[in-house]
Amino acid sequence: MNLYLDLFLTFARVGVCTFGGGYAMLPILQREIVEKKKWATEAELTDYFAIGQCTPGVIAVNTATFVGQKQKSIPGGIVATLGLVFPSIVIILVIAAFLQSFADLPVVIHAFAGVRACVCALILSSVLKLRKSSLVDGPTAVIFAVVLVLAVIGNFIAFDGNTPLGALLNFLLSPVVLVVAAGVAGLCIRGAKGALNA
Amino acid sequence: MIYLRLFYEFFKVGLFSVGGGLATIPFLSDIGSRTGWFTPGDLANMIAISESTPGPLGVNMATYVGFHVGGVPGGVIATLGLVCPAIAIIALIAGFLKKFRESRAVDAVFYGLRPASTALIAAALIQVCSIALMFHPATGPEQGASAQGFYWPAILLAAAVFLCLQLKPLKKLHPIVFIALSAAAGIVFQM
Repeated sequence: MNLYLDLFLTFARVGVCTFGGGYAMLPILQREIVEKKKWATEAELTDYFAIGQCTPGVIAVNTATFVGQKQKSIPGGIVATLGLVFPSIVIILVIAAFLQSFADLPVVIHAFAGVRACVCALILSSVLKLRKSSLVDGPTAVIFAVVLVLAVIGNFIAFDGNTPLGALLNFLLSPVVLVVAAGVAGLCIRGAKGALNA
Repeated sequence: MIYLRLFYEFFKVGLFSVGGGLATIPFLSDIGSRTGWFTPGDLANMIAISESTPGPLGVNMATYVGFHVGGVPGGVIATLGLVCPAIAIIALIAGFLKKFRESRAVDAVFYGLRPASTALIAAALIQVCSIALMFHPATGPEQGASAQGFYWPAILLAAAVFLCLQLKPLKKLHPIVFIALSAAAGIVFQM
């Protein structure tokens, strides 16, 4: 079979079998990519995952790009990624179109009221897990607290974007700026400790 | 041009969200408040559907939001916008993978990024809670009414799910189980 087609179909299968993404995908990747196709070794897959976590973007997408690129350079990376997202696009579009037609039914409205409450609990549980790996010492706890306060202010207070001050505040409190600032803070903290020089 | 705007907004999400699917939520919430494309209540619904369908959470969210804003082409374009930065970045660093992993500077940047990403998700959580747990859905802000106060049935349900998630035998269950049961509870108790 054409290797591009094989990459597309294999990652489409991974996409269908993954619920929720991230670590849920690891066992499926091990079976499909390492054992069946031998496109990567177990160690390489672990590396891809670790790098996927510390590069921007969705971890599953990053991993697919890595594996595809190793086989067929940049076009391979693109084809593998398109394969991974293809089932999502089809499934979500069908569900979204379906729900749009039934969104006004009382039974759907009641179901989603329950579901939204459940989402709160699921995210809270995930945040508590993330806290363990991200809040490792004093400075990281400070970064967490500062970003949390600024982000909550940004979420709940709508500054008037038509005034220069309001537009500036909106910009400074946007997630993009907060993330970049935190990365710079990380560099400065480590730099001040002299941990950047090997 | 709505499609161009969608691509640009999701390109930014792909470029700046670090740490997987959940990390996209604060960026999506930011998009919602700036553009008015969807409410925080819509966002909570989309999170639930994205968690209950196959595929990575971030990709599902992009497709859903894109569809909500611009139909089928919108869904496709938003998803492509999300994955473009990943493809570009991986293509860039694939050549010096080992060096990138062992770089002290990269490590230092992510030392600062990780708590910020967690804080942004926590802030998005507060926003979703303020919609899901504070208003009766039938009189919620989406419907234009201004009834305020705690919505106890939703708070009780959220607390019950959270407690289950802390119990050893139950926390291994897939989120879809809790989402389905909560939908059933919503229907049975006419939430």
